[in-house]
Amino acid sequence: MDLNLSDEQRLLRESAERFVAESYDADHRRKTANDPLGFSPEVWKQFAELGWLALPIPEEFGGLGAGPVEIGILMEAFGRGLVSEPYIATVVLGAALIERCGGPAQKQANLPKIADGTLKLAFAHSERAARFDLAKVATSATKTAQGWHLTGSKIAVLDGHAADEIIVSAHLHDHRGPSGRVGLFLVPATAAGLAISDYQRLGGGRACNIELSDVQLPEDALLGDGANALPAIEWAVDRVMAALGAEAVGIMQTLLDTTLDYTKIRKQFGRPLSANQVIRHRLADMAIQVDEARSMALRAALKADSAPVERARAASAAKAKIGKCARFVGEQSIQLHGGMGVTEELEVGAYFKRLVAFDTLFGGAAHHYARHAQLGRAASTA
Amino acid sequence: MELSFNAEERAFQSEVRSFIAKNLTEEMRRATALTPSVFSDPPIGMAWQRALHKQGWGAPGWPVEHGGPDWTPAQRWIFESECARAGVPNVNVMGVKMVGPVIIGFGSPEQKNYYLPRILSGEDYWCQGYSEPGSGSDLSSLKTRAVRDGDDYIINGTKIWTTHAHHANRMFALVRTSDGPRQQDGISFILIDMKAPGITTRPILTIGGDHEVNQVFFDDVRVPVSNRVGDEGKGWTYGKYLLEFERGSGIASAKLREGLRAITELAESDLTGRAIESPDIASRISEIEVDIDALEMTELRVLSALQTGQNPGAVSSILKLRNSEIRQAVTKLGVDVIGHDALVVEPMRPLYELNHEPALPEDMLTVVPEYLNGRAYTIFGGTSEIQRDIIAKIMLGI
Repeated sequence: MDLNLSDEQRLLRESAERFVAESYDADHRRKTANDPLGFSPEVWKQFAELGWLALPIPEEFGGLGAGPVEIGILMEAFGRGLVSEPYIATVVLGAALIERCGGPAQKQANLPKIADGTLKLAFAHSERAARFDLAKVATSATKTAQGWHLTGSKIAVLDGHAADEIIVSAHLHDHRGPSGRVGLFLVPATAAGLAISDYQRLGGGRACNIELSDVQLPEDALLGDGANALPAIEWAVDRVMAALGAEAVGIMQTLLDTTLDYTKIRKQFGRPLSANQVIRHRLADMAIQVDEARSMALRAALKADSAPVERARAASAAKAKIGKCARFVGEQSIQLHGGMGVTEELEVGAYFKRLVAFDTLFGGAAHHYARHAQLGRAASTA
Repeated sequence: MELSFNAEERAFQSEVRSFIAKNLTEEMRRATALTPSVFSDPPIGMAWQRALHKQGWGAPGWPVEHGGPDWTPAQRWIFESECARAGVPNVNVMGVKMVGPVIIGFGSPEQKNYYLPRILSGEDYWCQGYSEPGSGSDLSSLKTRAVRDGDDYIINGTKIWTTHAHHANRMFALVRTSDGPRQQDGISFILIDMKAPGITTRPILTIGGDHEVNQVFFDDVRVPVSNRVGDEGKGWTYGKYLLEFERGSGIASAKLREGLRAITELAESDLTGRAIESPDIASRISEIEVDIDALEMTELRVLSALQTGQNPGAVSSILKLRNSEIRQAVTKLGVDVIGHDALVVEPMRPLYELNHEPALPEDMLTVVPEYLNGRAYTIFGGTSEIQRDIIAKIMLGI
């Protein structure tokens, strides 16, 4: 048991924090927020040069072979700067799904391009009727002599507008009908029959809804050999929840630091706000919750490759607990900034909105406490 | 980074497990499970202390030269966790974990030679004389006075919340030997023989029905000056050092998990009409379990920092605060799980030696008393409000 950072991990943290502090300031954030692209291609290029896009990709495909802990270190720094580049969509989700499900040729064709920054991906899985149930996939993929026909609707596709290829999940149908298996398809953003309606995402970045109307794909658009991809999807989403949890920790830490500074400077009744015990105790509670969140994000990262039930319980525990802490820290940061906290003139609101988006993505605290309980019962009766 | 224990640590874990299996009698285990107060009765706790001492594990946190086992922080965590899992008795914490480290840190060679072996063997049973009726959170306002008379101090005053004063043969106390410019000045750390003439003890019953704490009165009690630890007037420094040990031993998650497991078992049983089928109970169990996960992870992070010689700082206040809050959440859940059976009062003590058939199954007997007595967790050792003050001051600099 050793939870200290290695030298490499410490270097990664330092370089990520330095990059965010130097290049990702309030001006930069304001500019990208109003940009229809929602992020900066120059920054994306820098991510590639710094090796961050290659981080979790195996060395044989041009990557650095790092794991969820390193991703967490990077994401925490990203959170501090409210980074809006499509890192989660391309690297944490996209690369992981290709590595897990793709055949050798598919990996060779895609992973090195992710690592060098020339390929951006998105993952289209959620559907309105499924709510947060990953297993409910109504989008269908029908086998034809030429390949596949995809039809269905996807929502909340992170950074789908910027992706060169979109990984779409679909229920596989053959001539006998639904097979009970879910497949993942690499769909070019330019494919005929694909309609993307893109929107500005709460808390920065963009997302989109996607309509697939009889999109025709070649046979090799299916990742792998047609085995059920649901376990891989659950694995990848658990990983993403750990990564998003680390990002939330960075956001919360920034909110705590900012709020703490403000309560020292802001004077009412002739003394700083922080001279009041009620304020000090509120800040102490915020600090405790940031620390609890940090523990849970690290725990989920360290268990991201454990056996499925242990991994999934750790991911849901982290998502639920960090979500709860995030709401508290975010709401209290606004409260302690007073009226100014509710305005767009300070950045507190932007950080808060990213936390609300975090809590919502892939299901909120209630959903994940329930999943955690259900998995626990299943494990204890097994 | 590695969350799991390495081969050496796992070997140690099996060693601890087999030690417990060999030495924890069913009588000790049952008595501990049926003790709704914080500490085990001395006959139970001391039997366990003797077994630990025989193994060389009598004082896990002490340096080797005084009889400590020279464990790494990870080994201490494993030891405490295995003990919690198995439900071993509480040993005399006031001796091993409180006064022991102070004597080691600041005592004279004579004090070390005399007292430390007697703590290890269980020959001495210690109680703590800190709080006074007028000095709770504001501890350094204490008024119990020690006046020098030749080679003795003459002590007058009173101490309160003195756990197991009615069992102890020794007390360590903070007393005022002079009045300094600050109220923290002029306090001395004194070791008192509880059999000395002039000491009387009044029992205080807690709301769960247990006699664990007392008020102790000092009426011209003579204590040799050689029983003072360290310098006269520096007692506040030593006393604070001790409080850090009291709060920061930092290994609580395994015990919480064990408590939650017991309540969950009750909730799954027909005894409670399967309370777990209520969505409220099920989701509270999940929430508490996740809170314990977070606390455990923080404990492990602190341990990792300690392994490399870093100082955990105010995190010990976070651990104390969260441990006490989660413990209260567990005991509160227990009361809600047993439903109407929470109305049953069993006034006799000890619960493991009742001479009549109780009105409740044994598994439920401690649920309400533990909840009621457990309200003290956020009060003793520095209230939650004091911990938040410390966190704000040390971690946040306000």
